[in-house]
Amino acid sequence: MDLVLVLAIQALYAIASLALISIGLAVIFGMMRVINLAHGEFLMLGGYSAIVATRHGINLWVAMLVVAPLVVGAIGLVVERTLIRFLYGRMIDTMLATWGLSLFLIGLVTGIFGNTTVGISAPLGGMAIGNYRTSIYGLVVIAITALLLAAIWLMLRYTRLGLFARGTMQNPNMAAALGLSPSKVHAVTFGAGAALSGLAGALLAPVSGVFPTIGVAYIAKAFITVIGGGAAILSGTVAASALFGVVQEISTFLTTPVFGVVITLAAAVVLIRLLPQGITGRFFKRGL
Amino acid sequence: VSARSRDLLGLALAGAIGLAAAVALPRLLELSALLDVTVYLIMSILALSLALVWGYGGILCFGQSAFFGLGAYAYAIAVFNIGDSTLPAALAIVLPAAFAALLGYFMFYGRISDVYLGVITLTVTLILFNSVNSTAGPEYRIGTAPLGGFNGIPAIPPLNLPGDPQAALGLDDLFYLAIVLLMATYFGLRWLLASRFGRVMVAIRENEQRAEFLGYDSRLYKLATFTIGGGLAGLAGCLFANWGAFVSPTIFGLGQSAQIIIWVIVGGRGTLIGPVVGCILIQWLTAYLGSGQLAQSGGLTQLKASLSRMLGPAVGDAFSSVLGIVDLSNTSLVLGAVLLAFVLLVPKGIVPTLLDVVRRPARAGLRAAGDVGHGKPRRAA
Repeated sequence: MDLVLVLAIQALYAIASLALISIGLAVIFGMMRVINLAHGEFLMLGGYSAIVATRHGINLWVAMLVVAPLVVGAIGLVVERTLIRFLYGRMIDTMLATWGLSLFLIGLVTGIFGNTTVGISAPLGGMAIGNYRTSIYGLVVIAITALLLAAIWLMLRYTRLGLFARGTMQNPNMAAALGLSPSKVHAVTFGAGAALSGLAGALLAPVSGVFPTIGVAYIAKAFITVIGGGAAILSGTVAASALFGVVQEISTFLTTPVFGVVITLAAAVVLIRLLPQGITGRFFKRGL
Repeated sequence: VSARSRDLLGLALAGAIGLAAAVALPRLLELSALLDVTVYLIMSILALSLALVWGYGGILCFGQSAFFGLGAYAYAIAVFNIGDSTLPAALAIVLPAAFAALLGYFMFYGRISDVYLGVITLTVTLILFNSVNSTAGPEYRIGTAPLGGFNGIPAIPPLNLPGDPQAALGLDDLFYLAIVLLMATYFGLRWLLASRFGRVMVAIRENEQRAEFLGYDSRLYKLATFTIGGGLAGLAGCLFANWGAFVSPTIFGLGQSAQIIIWVIVGGRGTLIGPVVGCILIQWLTAYLGSGQLAQSGGLTQLKASLSRMLGPAVGDAFSSVLGIVDLSNTSLVLGAVLLAFVLLVPKGIVPTLLDVVRRPARAGLRAAGDVGHGKPRRAA
């Protein structure tokens, strides 16, 4: 019984971390049809922001939940204004430019912080479940992810800003005719996606540590989750995270962590072949 | 000058440059410099493989390094097991081509859109990188060849004359082999592009739907293009494994894939000579910056001094504090900046942009005579 509980918590954590690293990308891709290959670096910058902030004496929770999203969100706004907005409608060029940005950011951060892993220890310690121990921080990450997804859903569904965002996403010309500025909505959306990525990177920093090329470890997982999920931002991300999280946990359990990731990626490639529109292209079509 | 004679002129020029390089470089350069040139030539073959797949086939493959790495590993593993290098060299081309065919079948016959194609090729590259990287233990071996994991495979035997393992190729022989194969690849691709197959391929790139309405199965043509590109990348991988007598999983890495794309975009899509130029230019640039010669030459100090003189000392100080953070010997920083700059400012690449500049006076003359100008401007070929 205890073992089942521990395994369930691990699987939930795998699902939550997948959803966490993907949600920023999902918002940017789903809303704006922009493939942001610098997404991994946004996560990396979130991690560094949190660590630098705590070193300057800011409370760890404030650093992770407030400072990191603000810093990375601001960076996202700058990137959108100086780079992305010139490339709307040119998907391939956007991919290339953001890949350039990704390399550039890796180089820049390596120059500033050096090519070493920095970390902060995970707070809150452990907890006993029968004969097993589990980290309380993992449970907190699961809870924060659930809250975050709920907050995004509420915002998109019930607020004016969410309405603007969804309207612009569906038909930018019509939104413009009704007096909205799609350019502003895009800038805010990109900034929000970047802020979510910053938050995710900061939350995962105590677990994995941070180093300049950590984005590469995240990027493939984030992409398969978003593309596997399909058009609906939230239900797609949750469905794909649940599927791939479980696949990853089972295959890691049966082989090694590295091959667990490999099997998950391979499963994702097969899924994209079977469901080119993603999970929400076939199921949960009315989701958000 | 008619288009046809310009084509022939270009071919003759490319052949002449290649021959001149093959004759002159070994006489002019020391062996170490010749080795540097050899790797430029090998990478140029790799650049040509993506020039075909992306520049002419319109298939943006983010994982060309997967086929490059597979070729290198196939050669290394087979040559350890077999000894004579003839079959391993063939395997280094056939295996990546077969893998490209499999992956291509999966993607093109699934009618996956461009963007997803990019993500899938990227993911496959990462799968290969992760798998090979984690095979460090002695239990991972194929035949007599240990896979070596993140340590790579050292001391790979060089190519030899077919059937005679004793007659191994020396380092200067590898230069000749590389330049001959590069020229063969270049002229072979020119021939392919001039053939019916090549014309259909470009037609599909320009307008896939229209080509299908005309009765061409775009899936098959894309698959064939992708497979040829995979085989060429494998050939480059085989030569690369020979060049350093060493392979490691980093050749599967994203950094390697990014470089190939940068060569093509810098040189220019839709040309063959462009990616070769881009490849040599970028490799030379990263080698130059990486060796720190720029800092030693004092050019930066002079630049700072002249900035201070012209714009005030504050600008000069700002320049040196930026240099304190921005390490120009850092490859990814420079490559990232180059990629960004080209996508935003020179999206066509160097060679097509230069050609436009050369041809513009002629076209302007025509426009003045009222010859051109019905509706939309013509697309550059």
